[in-house]
Amino acid sequence: MSSSLATVSYIGATILFILSLGGLSNPETSRRGNVYGMVGMALAVLATVFGPRVTLAGIPWIIAAMVVGGSIGLYAARKVQMTQMPELVALMHSLVGLAACLVGFASYIDTSVVLSGAEKTIHEVEIYIGILIGAVTFSGSIVAFGKLSGKIGGKPLLLPGRHWLNLLGLLIVIGFGREFINAHGVAAGMLPLAVMTVVALLFGIHMVMAIGGADMPVVVSMLNSYSGWAAAATGFMLSNDLLIVTGALVGSSGAILSYIMCRAMNRNFVSVIAGGFGTGGGAAAKKADGEPAGEVTAISAQETAELLKDAKNVIIVPGYGMAVAQAQHTVFEITKHLREKGVNVRFGIHPVAGRMPGHMNVLLAEAKVPYDIVMEMDEINGDFPEADVSMVIGANDIVNPAAQEDPTSPIAGMPVLEVWKAKTSIVMKRSMASGYAGVDNPLFYKDNNRMLFGDAKKMLDEVLGALKG
Amino acid sequence: MSLTIGIPRETYAGEKRVATVPDVVEKLRKLGFAVAVESGAGDAANFADATYEAAGATVVGSAAELWAASDIVFKVRAPSLDEVAGMKAGTTLISFVWPAQNPELMAALAAKQATVLAIDCLPRTLSRAQKMDALTSQAGVAGYRAVIEAANAFGRFFNGQITAAGKVPPAKVFIAGAGVAGLAAIGTAAGLGAIVRANDTRAEVADQVVSLGGEFVKVDYEEEGSGGGGYAKVMSEGFQQAQRAMYAQQAKDVDIIITTALIPGKPAPKLITAEMVQSMRPGSVIVDMAAEQGGNCELTVPHEVVVRHGVTIIGYADLPSRLAKQSSTLYATNLLRLTEELCKTKDGSINVNFDDDAIRGLTVIKEGSVTWPAPPLKAPPPPAAKPAMPPPAPKGHGHGAGAPMAGSTLAIVFGLGSALFWLVGAYAPAAFLSHFTVFVLACFVGYMVVWNVTPALHTPLMSVTNAISSIIAIGALVQIAPPLGEAVRPENWIRGLAFVGIVLTAINMFGGFAVTRRMLAMFRK
Repeated sequence: MSSSLATVSYIGATILFILSLGGLSNPETSRRGNVYGMVGMALAVLATVFGPRVTLAGIPWIIAAMVVGGSIGLYAARKVQMTQMPELVALMHSLVGLAACLVGFASYIDTSVVLSGAEKTIHEVEIYIGILIGAVTFSGSIVAFGKLSGKIGGKPLLLPGRHWLNLLGLLIVIGFGREFINAHGVAAGMLPLAVMTVVALLFGIHMVMAIGGADMPVVVSMLNSYSGWAAAATGFMLSNDLLIVTGALVGSSGAILSYIMCRAMNRNFVSVIAGGFGTGGGAAAKKADGEPAGEVTAISAQETAELLKDAKNVIIVPGYGMAVAQAQHTVFEITKHLREKGVNVRFGIHPVAGRMPGHMNVLLAEAKVPYDIVMEMDEINGDFPEADVSMVIGANDIVNPAAQEDPTSPIAGMPVLEVWKAKTSIVMKRSMASGYAGVDNPLFYKDNNRMLFGDAKKMLDEVLGALKG
Repeated sequence: MSLTIGIPRETYAGEKRVATVPDVVEKLRKLGFAVAVESGAGDAANFADATYEAAGATVVGSAAELWAASDIVFKVRAPSLDEVAGMKAGTTLISFVWPAQNPELMAALAAKQATVLAIDCLPRTLSRAQKMDALTSQAGVAGYRAVIEAANAFGRFFNGQITAAGKVPPAKVFIAGAGVAGLAAIGTAAGLGAIVRANDTRAEVADQVVSLGGEFVKVDYEEEGSGGGGYAKVMSEGFQQAQRAMYAQQAKDVDIIITTALIPGKPAPKLITAEMVQSMRPGSVIVDMAAEQGGNCELTVPHEVVVRHGVTIIGYADLPSRLAKQSSTLYATNLLRLTEELCKTKDGSINVNFDDDAIRGLTVIKEGSVTWPAPPLKAPPPPAAKPAMPPPAPKGHGHGAGAPMAGSTLAIVFGLGSALFWLVGAYAPAAFLSHFTVFVLACFVGYMVVWNVTPALHTPLMSVTNAISSIIAIGALVQIAPPLGEAVRPENWIRGLAFVGIVLTAINMFGGFAVTRRMLAMFRK
């Protein structure tokens, strides 16, 4: 295949990738979007393999690698449970990061490309930056994976003077970068490159360790963005426009997602990207003065079922607790049962519910909940006053009225689902512990609120039993 | 200092309600107030003096004593001029007042240096004020009672039955006006098993009608009937004609008509003409809930029940009072919520705070000076106390780009951007620039495309972009094979690195697309 033909194929692949992202604008076209992505990827890979830069000797290796990697990937995709989606995505980000590092190193030790002057410098800077981003993505994603799968505790790790540590890391990276560019020959440059990689890996770990479990949606989408930038940097390094375009698409998509998530939590985008929530982390620890006091009213599964049976309008607000308890199928059974009885059941999804953007939607979709009764926060917030029952399943901060009512609250100003405006709200929770933000929730003490204590799955099963009985 | 809240017996003829109930007395006392109740105030609503006393109220023998002893007076109906005469100067009065209809009363109250909170002047669009909305609570009671009155006068079952004694068709009820009272009537009639239809000039209430078990009957004419503050407005002539045709048709078909149509400050619209009444089956019932404002039916006699052309027309104007225990309890709770707002300190004193929109709207006289009508509310929602909230994202797909950036921010962004571009342009070689062009444009394309992604698909978006980012495989692919030229390179190292790179990206590539496919297949209607 000639060089021009390969280039044209690349353009085709680029267009297909853009169409693929565009297709995700609604569920109807999303499947086609995914197909576009696959075709684009196949086109890009084939054009490269049969293109001018890959010689025959490489093909067996390529096939072997593809078969090994592809089978692992397909196996993982089939095995993974929908509740484990965030972990899988984080793990996959780490692979991209690691691959970017490897390609960077390979590119550096490849002496067959001879450049000089400004071009050489730029090429080296590109390698340096590519490996830097790749390493941060790799270690950050590994830690995110650990946190999401519960292998590492969810609480933020706040080292003393962590901003200074980050700054120090940055200075080291810049310092060794100068040395790296000035180094003569591959061997001399290897040391600064290796040191920088280690620093970048540590930085990635430190950055994600400093972020609490509830902020994971931001972290996951941010790492998504980083993996894109890593690909773009690799593209610069190899002078490959397809890589640049695709990397930029992915990078900006991840950045926008992180921005949306930040806005949903009323956090500052910059402070998240820099790693570690400067103000948020500190404020979360201190409690507001006017702590809500009062009695919570407990309710049994039987009574919950009675309330649901008598309701005309029910809004269910799921949170991470539903995912942990794997309760989505029971939730759907209850929904189905109530809908058959003519009850108008809808779901209200907060943008940061769960551990990654759109996490709840995927879980509900898995449980076969029709997507047209699953509403966004803005769509449904106005409807709470008309709802007879709002049922909160394993969510806390996203339904905290303190965000609106108490200007001193650490989560003040964060948009929340106004479940307390429903005639009755039922909160399912394991205990009275506060949410990830460490803020007590005045919702629990409201007159029209009832608490249903226990494991979400177990309690919902009982509710379902009572509904059917 | 703790103030005394006085509850006089209602003096208006036939009024059975009372402004507070024993349960609420206890709660008022917890707020720090003393409560005095006129002997017999609750009798008509089945609250005996003894129950008030048990709740901690003092029972006072006569109205005169009570008015003299009270700092704050809770009433249901507006006080009569006689009552005002017995009032202590500087008293605070909370009751229905209807300031527009009662100028004399307003003058008399102002002369007493009174502070008057007219519960009928509550700004109803404030969601915070709903708990104090006595118009709504009383209208709900009235709607319920209207159906009960209709059932009482109607000679048949409401629900359809098939019995050994024969088949009974369900009653058909038509409800004109789906405000609070109308909706309550729909719910009650549907609960009794009747077939319920309803109409309202405001199209947006159709869903509410359906949600209560009614059927919304449309008028065959395009016009939107929402006036200010959730009330209806007067409609055009064309609309009214179409509406009349629809009503005439319904009148022939249904057994019971309940009319609730009111337009603020205007006589009630005449919806049901004499001919329509004539066309109804004998034994049918009309309950005209707008009787006091002239009635929605031409043949209505306010305050009375009449039979015209075999149709019973009920024109009671005191429906809430006919369910006195319920309406009193609800009204008492409304006033309690209002008292809580007035007495945030819980020490038995009140603060008529004009910074509070709800209280400002309610207060028609403050310390003798007339403050009615209140200035219109500042722009309706957003509800108070959300200073740091970003503007809500526009509706529709995704989150859109939101409001345009402020001019100064925009200038800074453009300034920084051009400085950056100048640096790149000044120092970078040409080969880099072409890549840079591609990069910047791709960022923008990504930006534009991704804003359209619906939030529900954020997880699939991430997994598909993740899969796409395995395009990095191309980097490894071009490295794995030795180039054609002579150049030397550490072949094994590079091949090893590239091989691992391809394996990793292949995991990502196949796994990512497969898992996205799996996820998307689950999204269904």
